[in-house]
Amino acid sequence: MLLVLLLPVIIIVILAFVVVGMYNSLVGLRNQVKNAWAQIDVQLKRRHDLIPNLVETAKGYMVHERTTFENITAARSRAMQADSVGDKARAEGELSGLMSKFFLVVENYPDLKANQNFLALQEELTSTENKIAFSRQAYNDQVLFYNNKIQMFPSSIIAGMFNFQQSEFFEITDAAERNVPKVSFS
Amino acid sequence: MWELIRANRRKSMMLFLLMGASLIVLGYAIGAAWAPPDGGWIGLMAASALWMFLSMISYFSGDAILLSASGAKEITRDMHPQLFNVAEEMKIAAGLTVMPKIYVIDEAAPNAFATGRRPEKSAIAVTAGLLGRMNRDELQGVVAHETSHILNRDILFMTFAGVMLGSITLLSQVFLHNLFFMGGGRYRSRESRGGGQGAAIVMIAAVVLAILAPIMAQLLYFAISRKREYLADASAVRLTRYPEGLASALEKISMSTEDLSKANSITAPLYIANPIKQKGARLQNLTSTHPPLHDRIKILRAMAQGAGYLDYQEAVSKITGHRASIIPKSGLAETASIPVRAAGAPAEAPSSLKSQNRAIGNLIRTVNQFKFLTCACGLTIKVPPDLRKSSFPCPGCGKTVTVPASL
Repeated sequence: MLLVLLLPVIIIVILAFVVVGMYNSLVGLRNQVKNAWAQIDVQLKRRHDLIPNLVETAKGYMVHERTTFENITAARSRAMQADSVGDKARAEGELSGLMSKFFLVVENYPDLKANQNFLALQEELTSTENKIAFSRQAYNDQVLFYNNKIQMFPSSIIAGMFNFQQSEFFEITDAAERNVPKVSFS
Repeated sequence: MWELIRANRRKSMMLFLLMGASLIVLGYAIGAAWAPPDGGWIGLMAASALWMFLSMISYFSGDAILLSASGAKEITRDMHPQLFNVAEEMKIAAGLTVMPKIYVIDEAAPNAFATGRRPEKSAIAVTAGLLGRMNRDELQGVVAHETSHILNRDILFMTFAGVMLGSITLLSQVFLHNLFFMGGGRYRSRESRGGGQGAAIVMIAAVVLAILAPIMAQLLYFAISRKREYLADASAVRLTRYPEGLASALEKISMSTEDLSKANSITAPLYIANPIKQKGARLQNLTSTHPPLHDRIKILRAMAQGAGYLDYQEAVSKITGHRASIIPKSGLAETASIPVRAAGAPAEAPSSLKSQNRAIGNLIRTVNQFKFLTCACGLTIKVPPDLRKSSFPCPGCGKTVTVPASL
Protein backbone atom coordinates (compact mmCIF):
# COMPACT_ATOMS: atom_id res chain seq x y z
CA MET A 1 0.00 0.00 0.00
CA LEU A 2 2.75 2.38 1.04
CA LEU A 3 4.77 1.35 -2.03
CA VAL A 4 1.97 2.38 -4.38
CA LEU A 5 2.00 5.82 -2.80
CA LEU A 6 5.78 6.07 -2.79
CA LEU A 7 6.33 4.90 -6.38
CA PRO A 8 5.24 8.09 -8.17
CA VAL A 9 7.30 10.11 -5.67
CA ILE A 10 10.36 7.99 -6.44
CA ILE A 11 9.81 8.36 -10.18
CA ILE A 12 9.45 12.12 -9.87
CA VAL A 13 12.65 12.35 -7.82
CA ILE A 14 14.58 10.30 -10.37
CA LEU A 15 13.22 12.40 -13.20
CA ALA A 16 14.18 15.57 -11.38
CA PHE A 17 17.75 14.32 -11.06
CA VAL A 18 17.87 13.43 -14.74
CA VAL A 19 16.54 16.84 -15.76
CA VAL A 20 18.98 18.65 -13.53
CA GLY A 21 21.82 16.53 -14.87
CA MET A 22 20.93 17.33 -18.47
CA TYR A 23 20.50 21.02 -17.75
CA ASN A 24 23.88 21.18 -16.05
CA SER A 25 25.64 19.40 -18.88
CA LEU A 26 24.06 21.80 -21.38
CA VAL A 27 25.22 24.77 -19.33
CA GLY A 28 28.71 23.27 -19.03
CA LEU A 29 28.92 22.74 -22.78
CA ARG A 30 27.68 26.25 -23.54
CA ASN A 31 30.37 27.66 -21.26
CA GLN A 32 32.99 25.54 -22.95
CA VAL A 33 31.89 26.98 -26.30
CA LYS A 34 32.21 30.52 -24.92
CA ASN A 35 35.65 29.71 -23.52
CA ALA A 36 36.82 28.26 -26.82
CA TRP A 37 35.64 31.43 -28.58
CA ALA A 38 37.61 33.56 -26.13
CA GLN A 39 40.71 31.49 -26.94
CA ILE A 40 40.37 32.36 -30.61
CA ASP A 41 40.11 36.02 -29.72
CA VAL A 42 43.31 35.82 -27.65
CA GLN A 43 45.25 34.39 -30.60
CA LEU A 44 43.79 36.86 -33.09
CA LYS A 45 44.80 39.75 -30.85
CA ARG A 46 48.27 38.30 -30.50
CA ARG A 47 48.61 38.26 -34.25
CA HIS A 48 47.50 41.88 -34.47
CA ASP A 49 50.22 42.78 -31.98
CA LEU A 50 52.97 40.83 -33.72
CA ILE A 51 52.43 42.11 -37.26
CA PRO A 52 53.73 45.71 -36.93
CA ASN A 53 57.03 44.45 -35.49
CA LEU A 54 57.40 42.00 -38.35
CA VAL A 55 56.68 44.66 -40.96
CA GLU A 56 59.28 47.00 -39.46
CA THR A 57 61.97 44.29 -39.39
CA ALA A 58 61.28 43.22 -42.96
CA LYS A 59 60.83 46.67 -44.49
CA GLY A 60 64.54 47.42 -44.41
CA TYR A 61 65.37 44.38 -46.51
CA MET A 62 62.36 44.19 -48.82
CA VAL A 63 62.57 47.66 -50.32
CA HIS A 64 60.49 46.89 -53.39
CA GLU A 65 57.57 45.26 -51.63
CA ARG A 66 55.77 48.41 -50.52
CA THR A 67 52.34 47.33 -51.79
CA THR A 68 52.60 44.05 -49.87
CA PHE A 69 53.21 45.93 -46.64
CA GLU A 70 50.42 48.40 -47.31
CA ASN A 71 47.97 45.57 -47.97
CA ILE A 72 48.96 43.84 -44.78
CA THR A 73 48.63 46.98 -42.67
CA ALA A 74 45.25 47.80 -44.17
CA ALA A 75 43.96 44.25 -43.70
CA ARG A 76 45.14 44.33 -40.11
CA SER A 77 43.21 47.50 -39.26
CA ARG A 78 40.14 46.10 -40.97
CA ALA A 79 40.43 42.96 -38.89
CA MET A 80 40.83 44.94 -35.69
CA GLN A 81 37.68 46.91 -36.41
CA ALA A 82 35.46 44.02 -37.45
CA ASP A 83 32.55 43.37 -35.12
CA SER A 84 30.16 40.59 -35.99
CA VAL A 85 31.21 36.98 -36.29
CA GLY A 86 30.76 37.04 -40.06
CA ASP A 87 32.78 40.23 -40.57
CA LYS A 88 35.51 38.97 -38.26
CA ALA A 89 35.73 35.68 -40.10
CA ARG A 90 36.09 37.46 -43.42
CA ALA A 91 38.63 40.03 -42.26
CA GLU A 92 40.79 37.54 -40.37
CA GLY A 93 40.68 35.14 -43.29
CA GLU A 94 41.91 37.88 -45.58
CA LEU A 95 44.76 38.66 -43.19
CA SER A 96 45.73 34.98 -42.99
CA GLY A 97 45.89 34.77 -46.76
CA LEU A 98 48.07 37.89 -46.99
CA MET A 99 50.44 36.61 -44.29
CA SER A 100 51.01 33.28 -46.04
CA LYS A 101 51.66 35.12 -49.31
CA PHE A 102 54.10 37.37 -47.46
CA PHE A 103 56.09 34.39 -46.17
CA LEU A 104 56.34 33.05 -49.68
CA VAL A 105 57.76 36.36 -50.88
CA VAL A 106 60.29 36.30 -48.01
CA GLU A 107 61.90 33.26 -49.66
CA ASN A 108 63.33 35.61 -52.27
CA TYR A 109 65.34 37.60 -49.73
CA PRO A 110 68.12 35.43 -48.30
CA ASP A 111 69.65 38.19 -46.13
CA LEU A 112 66.30 38.69 -44.45
CA LYS A 113 66.13 34.95 -43.80
CA ALA A 114 69.55 35.13 -42.15
CA ASN A 115 68.45 37.82 -39.71
CA GLN A 116 67.97 36.16 -36.31
CA ASN A 117 65.35 38.66 -35.18
CA PHE A 118 63.32 38.02 -38.25
CA LEU A 119 63.57 34.25 -37.85
CA ALA A 120 62.36 34.47 -34.26
CA LEU A 121 59.48 36.70 -35.34
CA GLN A 122 58.63 34.36 -38.20
CA GLU A 123 58.48 31.42 -35.81
CA GLU A 124 56.23 33.43 -33.48
CA LEU A 125 53.95 34.42 -36.31
CA THR A 126 53.80 30.90 -37.76
CA SER A 127 52.98 29.64 -34.33
CA THR A 128 50.27 32.27 -33.89
CA GLU A 129 48.74 31.36 -37.25
CA ASN A 130 48.72 27.73 -36.16
CA LYS A 131 47.23 28.63 -32.79
CA ILE A 132 44.46 30.56 -34.53
CA ALA A 133 43.75 27.53 -36.68
CA PHE A 134 43.83 25.15 -33.72
CA SER A 135 41.71 27.33 -31.47
CA ARG A 136 39.23 27.64 -34.31
CA GLN A 137 39.32 23.86 -34.63
CA ALA A 138 38.81 23.39 -30.89
CA TYR A 139 35.96 25.90 -30.97
CA ASN A 140 34.24 24.11 -33.84
CA ASP A 141 34.66 20.77 -32.07
CA GLN A 142 33.00 22.22 -28.98
CA VAL A 143 30.21 23.75 -31.06
CA LEU A 144 29.57 20.40 -32.70
CA PHE A 145 29.39 18.69 -29.34
CA TYR A 146 27.05 21.36 -27.95
CA ASN A 147 24.78 21.46 -30.98
CA ASN A 148 24.55 17.68 -31.01
CA LYS A 149 23.45 17.72 -27.40
CA ILE A 150 20.79 20.36 -28.16
CA GLN A 151 19.45 18.53 -31.17
CA MET A 152 19.47 14.97 -29.88
CA PHE A 153 16.68 13.43 -27.89
CA PRO A 154 16.14 13.55 -24.89
CA SER A 155 18.29 16.57 -24.04
CA SER A 156 16.47 18.41 -26.85
CA ILE A 157 13.45 18.71 -24.58
CA ILE A 158 15.45 20.33 -21.80
CA ALA A 159 17.16 22.57 -24.33
CA GLY A 160 13.82 23.70 -25.65
CA MET A 161 12.40 24.26 -22.18
CA PHE A 162 15.27 26.45 -21.04
CA ASN A 163 15.91 28.08 -24.39
CA PHE A 164 19.42 26.92 -25.21
CA GLN A 165 20.49 28.29 -28.59
CA GLN A 166 22.69 26.53 -31.05
CA SER A 167 26.04 28.13 -31.75
CA GLU A 168 27.43 28.88 -35.15
CA PHE A 169 30.63 27.44 -36.53
CA PHE A 170 33.53 29.77 -37.16
CA GLU A 171 34.52 29.16 -40.76
CA ILE A 172 37.18 31.39 -42.16
CA THR A 173 36.06 31.78 -45.74
CA ASP A 174 38.83 33.18 -47.79
CA ALA A 175 39.53 32.10 -51.33
CA ALA A 176 43.28 32.60 -50.81
CA GLU A 177 43.30 30.19 -47.89
CA ARG A 178 41.58 27.49 -49.89
CA ASN A 179 44.02 27.63 -52.77
CA VAL A 180 47.10 26.25 -51.07
CA PRO A 181 50.12 27.35 -53.10
CA LYS A 182 52.36 24.65 -54.42
CA VAL A 183 55.90 25.25 -53.26
CA SER A 184 58.82 23.43 -54.80
CA PHE A 185 62.45 23.81 -53.89
CA SER A 186 63.92 21.74 -56.68
CA MET B 1 36.99 12.99 -27.28
CA TRP B 2 35.51 13.35 -23.84
CA GLU B 3 33.47 10.19 -24.37
CA LEU B 4 36.77 8.43 -24.91
CA ILE B 5 38.06 9.57 -21.55
CA ARG B 6 35.01 8.13 -19.84
CA ALA B 7 35.33 4.86 -21.76
CA ASN B 8 38.98 4.84 -20.81
CA ARG B 9 38.10 5.18 -17.14
CA ARG B 10 35.62 2.35 -17.31
CA LYS B 11 38.17 0.09 -18.95
CA SER B 12 40.79 1.07 -16.39
CA MET B 13 38.42 -0.02 -13.65
CA MET B 14 37.79 -3.38 -15.29
CA LEU B 15 41.45 -4.02 -15.90
CA PHE B 16 42.22 -2.95 -12.40
CA LEU B 17 39.74 -5.44 -10.99
CA LEU B 18 40.93 -8.24 -13.26
CA MET B 19 44.57 -7.88 -12.41
CA GLY B 20 43.66 -7.20 -8.80
CA ALA B 21 41.76 -10.48 -8.71
CA SER B 22 44.79 -12.37 -9.98
CA LEU B 23 46.97 -10.63 -7.42
CA ILE B 24 44.59 -11.62 -4.64
CA VAL B 25 44.35 -15.20 -5.85
CA LEU B 26 48.12 -15.40 -6.09
CA GLY B 27 48.53 -13.94 -2.61
CA TYR B 28 46.03 -16.38 -1.16
CA ALA B 29 47.65 -19.36 -2.87
CA ILE B 30 51.11 -18.41 -1.71
CA GLY B 31 49.95 -17.75 1.80
CA ALA B 32 48.02 -21.01 1.90
CA ALA B 33 51.01 -22.97 0.63
CA TRP B 34 53.30 -21.41 3.16
CA ALA B 35 51.25 -21.65 6.30
CA PRO B 36 48.08 -23.64 5.73
CA PRO B 37 45.21 -23.13 6.05
CA ASP B 38 44.73 -19.67 7.57
CA GLY B 39 47.92 -18.48 5.93
CA GLY B 40 45.83 -17.88 2.82
CA TRP B 41 44.15 -14.84 4.29
CA ILE B 42 47.41 -13.46 5.55
CA GLY B 43 48.90 -13.90 2.11
CA LEU B 44 45.92 -12.11 0.61
CA MET B 45 46.28 -9.19 2.97
CA ALA B 46 50.02 -9.00 2.44
CA ALA B 47 49.56 -8.94 -1.34
CA SER B 48 46.93 -6.21 -1.08
CA ALA B 49 49.09 -4.17 1.24
CA LEU B 50 52.05 -4.49 -1.11
CA TRP B 51 49.97 -3.39 -4.05
CA MET B 52 48.44 -0.44 -2.16
CA PHE B 53 51.86 0.72 -1.03
CA LEU B 54 53.32 0.60 -4.53
CA SER B 55 50.25 2.32 -5.97
CA MET B 56 50.48 5.20 -3.53
CA ILE B 57 54.13 5.73 -4.36
CA SER B 58 53.59 5.64 -8.08
CA TYR B 59 50.46 7.79 -7.94
CA PHE B 60 52.00 10.55 -5.92
CA SER B 61 55.54 10.63 -7.19
CA GLY B 62 55.54 8.43 -10.25
CA ASP B 63 56.13 11.28 -12.64
CA ALA B 64 58.97 12.74 -10.60
CA ILE B 65 60.65 9.33 -10.41
CA LEU B 66 60.27 8.73 -14.11
CA LEU B 67 61.53 12.15 -15.08
CA SER B 68 64.65 11.90 -12.96
CA ALA B 69 65.27 8.27 -13.94
CA SER B 70 65.25 9.21 -17.60
CA GLY B 71 67.57 12.17 -17.08
CA ALA B 72 65.06 14.79 -18.18
CA LYS B 73 65.70 18.46 -17.51
CA GLU B 74 63.02 21.12 -17.53
CA ILE B 75 63.51 23.88 -20.07
CA THR B 76 62.18 27.40 -20.39
CA ARG B 77 60.56 28.96 -23.41
CA ASP B 78 63.68 30.85 -24.54
CA MET B 79 65.77 27.71 -24.64
CA HIS B 80 63.68 26.32 -27.47
CA PRO B 81 60.76 28.52 -28.55
CA GLN B 82 59.71 26.23 -31.36
CA LEU B 83 59.14 23.27 -29.05
CA PHE B 84 57.17 25.45 -26.66
CA ASN B 85 55.07 26.89 -29.45
CA VAL B 86 54.33 23.46 -30.86
CA ALA B 87 53.32 22.20 -27.41
CA GLU B 88 51.14 25.26 -26.82
CA GLU B 89 49.40 24.74 -30.15
CA MET B 90 48.57 21.18 -29.16
CA LYS B 91 47.35 22.36 -25.79
CA ILE B 92 44.92 24.68 -27.56
CA ALA B 93 43.78 22.03 -30.00
CA ALA B 94 43.20 19.55 -27.18
CA GLY B 95 41.39 22.07 -25.00
CA LEU B 96 43.68 21.51 -22.02
CA THR B 97 43.43 24.13 -19.30
CA VAL B 98 47.05 24.01 -18.14
CA MET B 99 50.10 23.86 -20.34
CA PRO B 100 52.18 20.73 -19.69
CA LYS B 101 55.76 21.27 -18.51
CA ILE B 102 58.38 20.62 -21.13
CA TYR B 103 61.51 18.58 -20.49
CA VAL B 104 64.48 17.70 -22.65
CA ILE B 105 66.34 14.42 -22.31
CA ASP B 106 70.07 14.33 -22.77
CA GLU B 107 70.12 11.58 -25.41
CA ALA B 108 70.88 11.34 -29.09
CA ALA B 109 68.22 8.71 -29.78
CA PRO B 110 64.97 10.28 -30.99
CA ASN B 111 62.09 9.54 -28.62
CA ALA B 112 59.53 11.21 -26.39
CA PHE B 113 57.21 10.44 -23.52
CA ALA B 114 54.45 12.06 -21.49
CA THR B 115 53.81 11.74 -17.80
CA GLY B 116 51.48 13.10 -15.14
CA ARG B 117 48.51 11.66 -13.30
CA ARG B 118 46.18 14.54 -14.17
CA PRO B 119 46.08 16.77 -17.23
CA GLU B 120 46.67 19.74 -14.94
CA LYS B 121 49.93 18.31 -13.65
CA SER B 122 51.45 16.76 -16.71
CA ALA B 123 54.78 16.90 -18.47
CA ILE B 124 56.10 16.08 -21.90
CA ALA B 125 59.72 15.03 -22.34
CA VAL B 126 61.52 14.99 -25.66
CA THR B 127 65.04 13.83 -26.42
CA ALA B 128 67.58 16.21 -27.88
CA GLY B 129 67.99 13.68 -30.68
CA LEU B 130 64.35 14.13 -31.65
CA LEU B 131 64.57 17.92 -31.59
CA GLY B 132 67.60 17.94 -33.86
CA ARG B 133 66.10 15.66 -36.46
CA MET B 134 62.46 16.63 -36.90
CA ASN B 135 60.98 19.49 -38.84
CA ARG B 136 58.08 21.46 -37.42
CA ASP B 137 55.27 19.25 -38.71
CA GLU B 138 56.96 16.08 -37.51
CA LEU B 139 57.68 17.57 -34.09
CA GLN B 140 54.05 18.58 -33.91
CA GLY B 141 52.98 15.02 -34.72
CA VAL B 142 55.09 13.64 -31.89
CA VAL B 143 53.93 16.28 -29.40
CA ALA B 144 50.33 15.65 -30.46
CA HIS B 145 50.79 11.93 -29.75
CA GLU B 146 52.11 12.70 -26.27
CA THR B 147 49.37 15.26 -25.65
CA SER B 148 46.84 12.60 -26.60
CA HIS B 149 48.28 10.31 -23.94
CA ILE B 150 47.69 13.11 -21.43
CA LEU B 151 44.22 13.86 -22.76
CA ASN B 152 43.09 10.22 -22.82
CA ARG B 153 44.39 9.68 -19.26
CA ASP B 154 46.58 6.86 -20.54
CA ILE B 155 49.28 7.62 -18.05
CA LEU B 156 47.13 6.92 -15.03
CA PHE B 157 45.88 3.78 -16.65
CA MET B 158 49.31 2.46 -17.58
CA THR B 159 50.70 3.39 -14.16
CA PHE B 160 48.15 1.28 -12.33
CA ALA B 161 48.60 -1.55 -14.81
CA GLY B 162 52.35 -1.35 -14.40
CA VAL B 163 52.06 -1.45 -10.62
CA MET B 164 49.81 -4.49 -10.83
CA LEU B 165 52.30 -6.21 -13.06
CA GLY B 166 55.14 -5.26 -10.74
CA SER B 167 53.32 -6.52 -7.66
CA ILE B 168 52.45 -9.84 -9.26
CA THR B 169 56.00 -10.32 -10.51
CA LEU B 170 57.52 -9.32 -7.18
CA LEU B 171 55.27 -11.64 -5.22
CA SER B 172 56.02 -14.58 -7.48
CA GLN B 173 59.74 -13.95 -7.41
CA VAL B 174 59.88 -13.74 -3.63
CA PHE B 175 57.81 -16.89 -3.26
CA LEU B 176 59.76 -18.96 -5.78
CA HIS B 177 63.11 -17.86 -4.41
CA ASN B 178 62.14 -18.72 -0.88
CA LEU B 179 60.92 -22.06 -2.11
CA PHE B 180 64.36 -22.98 -3.35
CA PHE B 181 66.41 -21.53 -0.56
CA MET B 182 64.36 -22.36 2.48
CA GLY B 183 63.93 -25.85 1.15
CA GLY B 184 62.56 -28.85 2.97
CA GLY B 185 62.78 -28.22 6.71
CA ARG B 186 59.82 -25.96 7.15
CA TYR B 187 57.42 -27.90 5.01
CA ARG B 188 58.30 -31.28 6.31
CA SER B 189 57.44 -30.23 9.81
CA ARG B 190 54.08 -28.93 8.67
CA GLU B 191 53.34 -31.98 6.65
CA SER B 192 53.92 -34.26 9.60
CA ARG B 193 51.29 -32.39 11.52
CA GLY B 194 48.58 -33.50 9.17
CA GLY B 195 46.77 -32.56 6.02
CA GLY B 196 49.88 -33.52 4.05
CA GLN B 197 48.04 -34.27 0.83
CA GLY B 198 46.07 -31.02 0.82
CA ALA B 199 49.16 -29.00 1.60
CA ALA B 200 51.04 -30.55 -1.31
CA ILE B 201 48.26 -29.75 -3.75
CA VAL B 202 48.03 -26.18 -2.53
CA MET B 203 51.78 -25.90 -2.85
CA ILE B 204 51.74 -27.16 -6.41
CA ALA B 205 48.90 -24.81 -7.28
CA ALA B 206 50.78 -21.90 -5.77
CA VAL B 207 53.95 -22.71 -7.70
CA VAL B 208 52.06 -23.04 -10.96
CA LEU B 209 50.28 -19.75 -10.36
CA ALA B 210 53.50 -18.07 -9.37
CA ILE B 211 55.05 -19.10 -12.67
CA LEU B 212 52.07 -18.40 -14.90
CA ALA B 213 50.65 -15.25 -13.36
CA PRO B 214 53.55 -12.95 -14.19
CA ILE B 215 53.64 -14.22 -17.77
CA MET B 216 49.94 -13.65 -18.25
CA ALA B 217 50.03 -10.30 -16.57
CA GLN B 218 52.89 -9.23 -18.77
CA LEU B 219 51.09 -10.30 -21.94
CA LEU B 220 48.01 -8.40 -20.78
CA TYR B 221 50.11 -5.35 -20.02
CA PHE B 222 51.75 -5.39 -23.43
CA ALA B 223 48.47 -5.91 -25.26
CA ILE B 224 46.92 -2.97 -23.48
CA SER B 225 49.98 -0.87 -24.14
CA ARG B 226 49.73 -1.59 -27.88
CA LYS B 227 46.05 -0.66 -27.95
CA ARG B 228 46.82 2.58 -26.18
CA GLU B 229 49.46 3.44 -28.72
CA TYR B 230 47.04 3.04 -31.63
CA LEU B 231 44.50 5.16 -29.82
CA ALA B 232 47.09 7.84 -29.16
CA ASP B 233 48.04 7.84 -32.85
CA ALA B 234 44.39 8.27 -33.82
CA SER B 235 43.87 11.10 -31.32
CA ALA B 236 47.08 12.79 -32.42
CA VAL B 237 45.92 12.89 -36.02
CA ARG B 238 42.56 14.20 -34.95
CA LEU B 239 44.34 17.05 -33.17
CA THR B 240 46.77 17.99 -35.92
CA ARG B 241 44.55 17.03 -38.91
CA TYR B 242 47.81 16.07 -40.62
CA PRO B 243 48.65 12.34 -40.50
CA GLU B 244 51.75 12.69 -42.68
CA GLY B 245 53.54 14.69 -39.95
CA LEU B 246 53.40 11.87 -37.41
CA ALA B 247 54.01 9.28 -40.13
CA SER B 248 57.27 10.80 -41.30
CA ALA B 249 58.37 11.41 -37.69
CA LEU B 250 57.86 7.70 -36.94
CA GLU B 251 59.72 6.87 -40.12
CA LYS B 252 62.72 8.92 -39.05
CA ILE B 253 62.61 7.29 -35.62
CA SER B 254 62.53 3.83 -37.17
CA MET B 255 65.59 4.62 -39.24
CA SER B 256 67.69 5.76 -36.29
CA THR B 257 69.90 3.15 -34.73
CA GLU B 258 70.74 4.46 -31.28
CA ASP B 259 69.42 2.92 -28.09
CA LEU B 260 67.99 5.05 -25.32
CA SER B 261 70.45 4.31 -22.55
CA LYS B 262 68.22 5.01 -19.56
CA ALA B 263 65.08 3.11 -20.58
CA ASN B 264 64.16 -0.41 -19.55
CA SER B 265 61.29 -2.75 -20.28
CA ILE B 266 59.04 -1.35 -17.53
CA THR B 267 59.28 2.28 -18.63
CA ALA B 268 59.30 1.37 -22.32
CA PRO B 269 55.50 1.61 -22.87
CA LEU B 270 55.52 5.28 -22.00
CA TYR B 271 57.77 6.26 -24.91
CA ILE B 272 56.45 6.97 -28.39
CA ALA B 273 58.55 4.24 -29.98
CA ASN B 274 60.11 1.20 -28.35
CA PRO B 275 63.34 2.58 -26.93
CA ILE B 276 64.94 -0.86 -26.78
CA LYS B 277 65.88 -1.66 -30.32
CA GLN B 278 65.25 -5.30 -31.08
CA LYS B 279 67.77 -5.89 -33.81
CA GLY B 280 66.09 -8.04 -36.43
CA ALA B 281 63.45 -9.41 -34.09
CA ARG B 282 60.31 -10.69 -35.78
CA LEU B 283 58.84 -11.36 -32.36
CA GLN B 284 57.27 -7.94 -32.43
CA ASN B 285 53.87 -9.28 -31.67
CA LEU B 286 52.88 -10.53 -28.27
CA THR B 287 56.00 -9.46 -26.44
CA SER B 288 56.25 -5.91 -27.69
CA THR B 289 55.01 -2.87 -25.85
CA HIS B 290 54.42 -0.98 -29.08
CA PRO B 291 52.73 -1.95 -32.32
CA PRO B 292 55.28 -2.36 -35.11
CA LEU B 293 56.42 1.02 -36.39
CA HIS B 294 55.89 0.21 -40.05
CA ASP B 295 52.29 -0.76 -39.38
CA ARG B 296 51.67 2.51 -37.59
CA ILE B 297 53.26 4.43 -40.47
CA LYS B 298 51.25 2.58 -43.10
CA ILE B 299 48.00 3.15 -41.24
CA LEU B 300 48.69 6.86 -40.93
CA ARG B 301 49.55 7.14 -44.61
CA ALA B 302 46.33 5.34 -45.58
CA MET B 303 44.29 8.15 -44.06
CA ALA B 304 44.25 10.50 -47.03
CA GLN B 305 40.48 10.87 -47.03
CA GLY B 306 39.92 12.15 -43.53
CA ALA B 307 41.49 12.69 -40.11
CA GLY B 308 38.73 11.46 -37.80
CA TYR B 309 38.51 8.33 -35.69
CA LEU B 310 36.35 6.53 -38.24
CA ASP B 311 39.03 7.09 -40.86
CA TYR B 312 41.70 5.73 -38.54
CA GLN B 313 39.63 2.65 -37.80
CA GLU B 314 39.11 2.03 -41.52
CA ALA B 315 42.80 2.43 -42.22
CA VAL B 316 43.61 -0.08 -39.45
CA SER B 317 41.25 -2.66 -40.92
CA LYS B 318 42.69 -2.10 -44.36
CA ILE B 319 46.31 -2.44 -43.33
CA THR B 320 46.19 -5.13 -40.67
CA GLY B 321 43.44 -7.04 -42.39
CA HIS B 322 41.26 -7.68 -39.37
CA ARG B 323 38.56 -5.61 -37.78
CA ALA B 324 40.48 -4.60 -34.68
CA SER B 325 38.43 -2.44 -32.36
CA ILE B 326 40.97 0.16 -31.44
CA ILE B 327 38.53 2.99 -30.97
CA PRO B 328 35.79 2.59 -28.39
CA LYS B 329 32.27 2.88 -29.78
CA SER B 330 31.82 6.36 -28.34
CA GLY B 331 34.64 7.66 -30.54
CA LEU B 332 33.02 6.18 -33.63
CA ALA B 333 29.80 8.06 -32.98
CA GLU B 334 31.12 11.19 -34.69
CA THR B 335 29.28 11.88 -37.88
CA ALA B 336 30.94 15.06 -39.15
CA SER B 337 33.75 14.32 -41.57
CA ILE B 338 37.10 15.78 -40.64
CA PRO B 339 39.23 16.83 -43.59
CA VAL B 340 43.00 16.52 -43.69
CA ARG B 341 44.72 19.89 -43.88
CA ALA B 342 47.62 20.79 -46.14
CA ALA B 343 51.25 20.73 -45.04
CA GLY B 344 52.19 23.52 -42.64
CA ALA B 345 55.88 24.38 -42.94
CA PRO B 346 57.29 24.39 -46.46
CA ALA B 347 59.31 21.24 -47.13
CA GLU B 348 62.77 22.07 -45.82
CA ALA B 349 65.87 20.76 -47.48
CA PRO B 350 67.08 17.95 -45.15
CA SER B 351 69.98 19.26 -43.09
CA SER B 352 73.15 17.21 -43.06
CA LEU B 353 73.76 14.69 -40.30
CA LYS B 354 76.64 16.84 -39.12
CA SER B 355 74.51 19.94 -38.61
CA GLN B 356 71.78 17.87 -36.97
CA ASN B 357 74.28 16.43 -34.51
CA ARG B 358 75.66 19.88 -33.86
CA ALA B 359 72.17 21.19 -33.11
CA ILE B 360 71.58 18.27 -30.73
CA GLY B 361 74.88 18.86 -28.96
CA ASN B 362 74.20 22.57 -28.58
CA LEU B 363 70.79 21.94 -27.12
CA ILE B 364 72.15 19.45 -24.59
CA ARG B 365 74.82 21.95 -23.61
CA THR B 366 72.29 24.74 -23.20
CA VAL B 367 70.17 22.58 -20.94
CA ASN B 368 73.28 21.71 -18.90
CA GLN B 369 74.03 25.40 -18.49
CA PHE B 370 77.09 25.66 -20.65
CA LYS B 371 78.15 29.17 -21.59
CA PHE B 372 78.49 30.01 -25.27
CA LEU B 373 81.29 32.52 -25.85
CA THR B 374 82.35 33.99 -29.19
CA CYS B 375 85.97 34.75 -29.81
CA ALA B 376 87.01 37.60 -32.07
CA CYS B 377 88.19 35.05 -34.66
CA GLY B 378 84.62 33.84 -35.05
CA LEU B 379 84.88 30.58 -33.13
CA THR B 380 82.02 29.70 -30.77
CA ILE B 381 83.47 28.28 -27.58
CA LYS B 382 81.21 26.18 -25.35
CA VAL B 383 82.35 26.46 -21.75
CA PRO B 384 81.19 23.96 -19.11
CA PRO B 385 79.54 25.55 -16.05
CA ASP B 386 82.12 24.23 -13.58
CA LEU B 387 85.22 25.66 -15.29
CA ARG B 388 87.26 27.38 -12.60
CA LYS B 389 89.56 29.45 -14.78
CA SER B 390 88.53 33.00 -15.45
CA SER B 391 90.32 33.16 -18.79
CA PHE B 392 91.97 30.80 -21.25
CA PRO B 393 93.52 30.96 -24.74
CA CYS B 394 91.14 30.54 -27.65
CA PRO B 395 91.72 27.13 -29.35
CA GLY B 396 91.32 28.74 -32.75
CA CYS B 397 93.58 31.80 -32.71
CA GLY B 398 95.31 31.78 -29.31
CA LYS B 399 93.96 35.09 -28.03
CA THR B 400 92.91 35.19 -24.40
CA VAL B 401 89.19 34.75 -23.82
CA THR B 402 87.70 35.87 -20.53
CA VAL B 403 84.90 33.91 -18.98
CA PRO B 404 82.24 36.26 -17.60
CA ALA B 405 81.28 35.56 -14.00
CA SER B 406 77.64 34.95 -14.80
CA LEU B 407 75.86 34.64 -18.09
